[in-house]
Amino acid sequence: MSATPRQRFIEGSKAVSPILLGAIPFGLVIGVSVAATPINNWVGWATSIIVFAGAAQVAVIELIGTEALAAVAIATPLIINLRHAMYSAAMAPYFGKLSRTDRLWLPYLLTDQAFVISASRYEPDSDPTTVKWFYLGTAITLWIPWQIATIVGILVGAEIPSEWSLDFAIALVFLGLLAPAVHSRPSAVAAIVGGVVAVLSLDLPNGTGIIVASLAGVAAGTIADWRLSR
Amino acid sequence: MSPWLIVILVGIGTYLTRLSFIGILGDREIPTYVERPLRLVAPAVLAAIAVPALVARQGEVFVSVDNLRLLAGIVAMAVAWKSRSIGWTIGVGMVSLWILDWLL
Repeated sequence: MSATPRQRFIEGSKAVSPILLGAIPFGLVIGVSVAATPINNWVGWATSIIVFAGAAQVAVIELIGTEALAAVAIATPLIINLRHAMYSAAMAPYFGKLSRTDRLWLPYLLTDQAFVISASRYEPDSDPTTVKWFYLGTAITLWIPWQIATIVGILVGAEIPSEWSLDFAIALVFLGLLAPAVHSRPSAVAAIVGGVVAVLSLDLPNGTGIIVASLAGVAAGTIADWRLSR
Repeated sequence: MSPWLIVILVGIGTYLTRLSFIGILGDREIPTYVERPLRLVAPAVLAAIAVPALVARQGEVFVSVDNLRLLAGIVAMAVAWKSRSIGWTIGVGMVSLWILDWLL
């Protein structure tokens, strides 16, 4: 006997709800960072609909606000979002059971949280109803509060005077994401080299230093990875 | 380039990354030599954005006890490390900056 779409949706929604405690404040901060930077509020809010990936949104908001080179403002968030390719690969065997239309639109909602929760629920013999509706339960339960939190953040942020230094929250977002990303010696090398090279390349124009530093960090971390694994 | 166009291009790129294996490459494994560097992208980029935001001001290196953002950032980093929670990191980091600003 298999469960109905509704049951699976609710199950996914319940499984993801503890994570909202982290996602809602993050969405609020994204709204606040839109208000704290010169970016147009509509463009800033649209990142939640069009991009729907927190760290990348903060990066594009910050880079548009500081008038970085367009290529940098596009490349940096896309580099941050490369990790989604790993999630896509992990989900592909399950999503392969779904219709072509589902395979085209469901990935739009693929976030860190929806991935983690769904991937831990799926089993090799999960039926298509479970694959689709459990995932939708997690993804939509994240999507709706995310949109609302961003709007609330923009509205509240606009009322807060600049002496409160709310733009500092942008740096704090990246610090908060960095700590869990450093979980091995190669990842520590990547972070240290990325950070140091970014400071050394402050003189490079319009934010290009971020790209140089990221590539240097990944290269150094990869070398460390080779050395440690042989 | 218009901010709208930048955001739309980032959106398309992000969507294609999410779609990659599900919709295009299908049910195949990522080769190890791609996957391992891919795992290092997050720490490298996040540090490349966060560190200059703390140790520089208006494009100049500013390492000093007068750099309140650096001091608050160090507190936040400790909290991030211990709690692994974005909410706590942002909360404690902002409050630290306000307290330092008020004291000094």
